[in-house]
Amino acid sequence: MNTLLEILLSVLIVAGALFTFIGSLGLARLRDFYTRLHGPTKGTTLGVGCLLIASAIFFSTRDEGISLHEGLITLFLFITAPISAHLLAKAALHLKVESLVPLPDEAIERKNKQHQQYHSLD
Amino acid sequence: MIAIAIHIAFVLVSAALALNFWRLLKGPSAPDRILALDTLYINTIALLVLFGIHIGSALYFEAALLIALMGFVGTVAMCKYLLRGDIIE
Amino acid sequence: MQRLLPHPLLTVLLTLIWLLLSNSIALGQLVLGMLLGWAIPFFALPFWPDKVKVHKPLTLLKFTYILLHDIVEANFIVAARILGNPAKLRPAFIVVPIDLDSDFAMSILANTTCLTPGSLSALLAPDRKSILVHAMDVEDEEAFIRTIKTRYEQPLKEIFEE
Repeated sequence: MNTLLEILLSVLIVAGALFTFIGSLGLARLRDFYTRLHGPTKGTTLGVGCLLIASAIFFSTRDEGISLHEGLITLFLFITAPISAHLLAKAALHLKVESLVPLPDEAIERKNKQHQQYHSLD
Repeated sequence: MIAIAIHIAFVLVSAALALNFWRLLKGPSAPDRILALDTLYINTIALLVLFGIHIGSALYFEAALLIALMGFVGTVAMCKYLLRGDIIE
Repeated sequence: MQRLLPHPLLTVLLTLIWLLLSNSIALGQLVLGMLLGWAIPFFALPFWPDKVKVHKPLTLLKFTYILLHDIVEANFIVAARILGNPAKLRPAFIVVPIDLDSDFAMSILANTTCLTPGSLSALLAPDRKSILVHAMDVEDEEAFIRTIKTRYEQPLKEIFEE
């Protein structure tokens, strides 16, 4: 394995781990739930993405031939991270979790009304 | 060189897991705890991938993929429970 | 033809994903992948009532590039905000009006806002005319809405509608 590739892999691994760490730091450090949601959805997703790309390059440059299946996890994480973030934000708005800024009451009321309609259907 | 990078990364990801765990214990609200669990499983994937590179075996890929799938399903199920008080309607 | 192969694009995509999952391009895996790629859309047809049509493949490529670029940029911005003083952040809930018709384009837009700088889609209005976005640090709400509309909504409208 040549030096250039090794440097690239090392940079990818450290950068990935650093982003993962910063995302989790955001989760622990920020002050209300809605801002906390930003750290893990963005930082952690890209961090793990970097690590997975590093892993794909690492195994592809060894003898066993090309290995791209890490790309599958990356793709999956990039599709699911926004969905879980969206659902968590929705759940938090539903429970009226405290926020630094006033909650958009009008939107919540509409949502609750829709919710009641939904339940009156069954 | 890669060995050093992997050791630094191990320390960082473990610290990230500790931070998530602290948020999981502290709360204060239910969505906070779900978010902590969600981040916990993504970080576990990172740890597994790092370990795979460390010992030079692609054996842990399936475990990482399964954690990714099941973790997402778990998060969605818990959010739905909070939203509707019911998972399967 | 239409009935037997309802979503050709999805078939190709599923075959590719199967090949990635099995991590080989042996003939057997290719055949099995194509079989799965045909069977899954065929049996899951009731869940895909609308046909997804890509009108401008070039715009789609450009959009993908912008998206990847913005995801990386967003990470640096969010990292800087997390490491900075949390008391200085100005979070806000912003209602962004949208005029997309297709469900698919709308869900892509919602996912895009989640991955790009300092925003997170939280709620879709029941009349599908606006989404509620939580932003981490905004100075100018008008500019924020304008960015989402021109940078992400306009290309999506061109790609999936028209």
